[in-house]
Amino acid sequence: MAEPTLLYLDGVTVSFDGFKALDALSLVLEPGEMRAVIGPNGAGKTTMMDVITGKTRPEEGHVVFGSDIDLRKLDEPAIARLGIGRKFQRPTVFEPLSVRDNLLLALAGDRGPRFALWARETAHERMRIDDLLETIRLTDERDRRAANLSHGQKQWLEIGMLLAQDPKLLLVDEPVAGMTDAETEATAELLRKINQKSSIVVVEHDMAFVRALGVKVTVLHEGKVLAEGSIDTIQNNPRVVEVYLGR
Amino acid sequence: MRLDGGAIATLACLLGGAALLAIFNLAIAAGSALHVPSFVVSIVGKYLCYAILALAVDLVWGYAGILTLGHAAFFALGGYAMGMYLMREIGARGVYANPTLPDFMVFIGWNKLPWYWYGSEHFLFALILVVLVPGILAFVFGWFAFRSRVSGVYLSIITQALTYALMLAFFRNDMGFGGNNGMTDFKDIIGFPLDKETTSVGLMLATAVILSLAYLLARATTRSRFGKVLIAVRDAEPRTRFLGYRPESYKLVVWTLSAVIAGIGGALYVPQVGIINPSEFAPANSIEAVIWVAVGGRGTLSGAILGAVLVNLGKTWLTSALPDVWLFAIGGLFILVTLFLPRGLIGLFSGRGSTTAERGRQSAASEAVMREAAE
Repeated sequence: MAEPTLLYLDGVTVSFDGFKALDALSLVLEPGEMRAVIGPNGAGKTTMMDVITGKTRPEEGHVVFGSDIDLRKLDEPAIARLGIGRKFQRPTVFEPLSVRDNLLLALAGDRGPRFALWARETAHERMRIDDLLETIRLTDERDRRAANLSHGQKQWLEIGMLLAQDPKLLLVDEPVAGMTDAETEATAELLRKINQKSSIVVVEHDMAFVRALGVKVTVLHEGKVLAEGSIDTIQNNPRVVEVYLGR
Repeated sequence: MRLDGGAIATLACLLGGAALLAIFNLAIAAGSALHVPSFVVSIVGKYLCYAILALAVDLVWGYAGILTLGHAAFFALGGYAMGMYLMREIGARGVYANPTLPDFMVFIGWNKLPWYWYGSEHFLFALILVVLVPGILAFVFGWFAFRSRVSGVYLSIITQALTYALMLAFFRNDMGFGGNNGMTDFKDIIGFPLDKETTSVGLMLATAVILSLAYLLARATTRSRFGKVLIAVRDAEPRTRFLGYRPESYKLVVWTLSAVIAGIGGALYVPQVGIINPSEFAPANSIEAVIWVAVGGRGTLSGAILGAVLVNLGKTWLTSALPDVWLFAIGGLFILVTLFLPRGLIGLFSGRGSTTAERGRQSAASEAVMREAAE
């Protein structure tokens, strides 16, 4: 390939008991790109993320990261260590641990038990954590147990944990579900800031949010790409209208 | 590692209590009202061994979320390793006066020591076995179980199967470990006669010291970054995978460490109770150990120790006063604790942080109410 790509999915097929969750799905992501993925329920958005992060293995097709890393051969931790972070729909943080310990565990570095047994927090780590706390606006909550954060704060903490991984690619599943308008706006701003360093794939239902992001949109339907383009072309595409509004 | 108030109190109770007991047993004449009889010393020694087992169970159940229903197997294996040494120490003083073969082997007509008994006459070798046998078994078991991502109730069931299988195996005479009679009639340990008061006091003190060391080790482990990852794995295992951690290797390390601690507890137990037999592998024993931890406070190390001592104190009293009631009592206790004391007895003492999650929920609720009121 002449064009350098960050993520390359080609003809990816996944089926569960005969139901094709992904049907020869193809998608190309450029380095530095932010992409919004939309689609009705059951379109295959989450399955696509499962395939990229190693949770689900496709029956057919290619999943390539960077120029030549075959993601189909790796498991979740190995893929995470390559720099692919994933944020789940429901915020999942480590509730009994403090906010800063959550970030500490997420910081890029050795993940082995032998290292973790003897690890002491370094000055560099402390600095990174302080920076992250500022970015996700949780400096004042640093020593609180994550369980005691509000829903929106948990979402941000999780985004902070993803940032701590120094990811090359971030997969974000419905980041603004359940957020207030102000929080939604702040999240869009946060994602744009993150996008300066990492490529991002955002799965979202909230069309206002997708519009606010102002990025290329991919519409999934029945495991396939239905349309791709700017939000305006997408919203004027008759097939997209048909899928979303019914015939 | 810095010690906080709780840790210092725990260590002071353990070591101070054991020292006081020793003084009141040895230094005060038997006629005095303050004299502590020797049977109390050996019962306390036994409780402290159980506390070591409880600590081991709490490490895997409280911190890694692995509900083990077979940990008594590692305890019993450590006990058998020590029992082999104690058998060989008897030497020619046995009923059959055979200088190398233990009595039970002579009895079933063996005339040669089986290879796996080689070296068992050395105390140091016995200590190595005490660590290695439970450690290697746990490592192999854990390697297969955690790699295949067996967890939850399925893992509990196979730990139960493990201890049951070992019990059946050790019941067989041709295993070479004394069959259903097990090993007993021990005479001495590294030259100290087991029927002397000073030896029981020494063993009890040694158990208190080793329990304290195990407590410090478990504390350091759970407070390290490793311990934080364990808690993360316990509560959100998939999340740790997507962060790049391999939960199975963390579980394997803590599981193996826990089995070794349990084995050491068993090795201290056998010289103090004077017998080891296959009933130590009985599934009920492992379940009891889980109940001790639940009663004391799962996920708190001092709670595990407290639970083991208190529940066994109750067992000693109840099995002599009302022997038929014991099983109902421990079952009822487990249900009550689960329903009303989810953080165990320690939760009652440490009000601070005891219901942090609850208070969090309450304060979130009150915040919402206040916000509504403001609007």
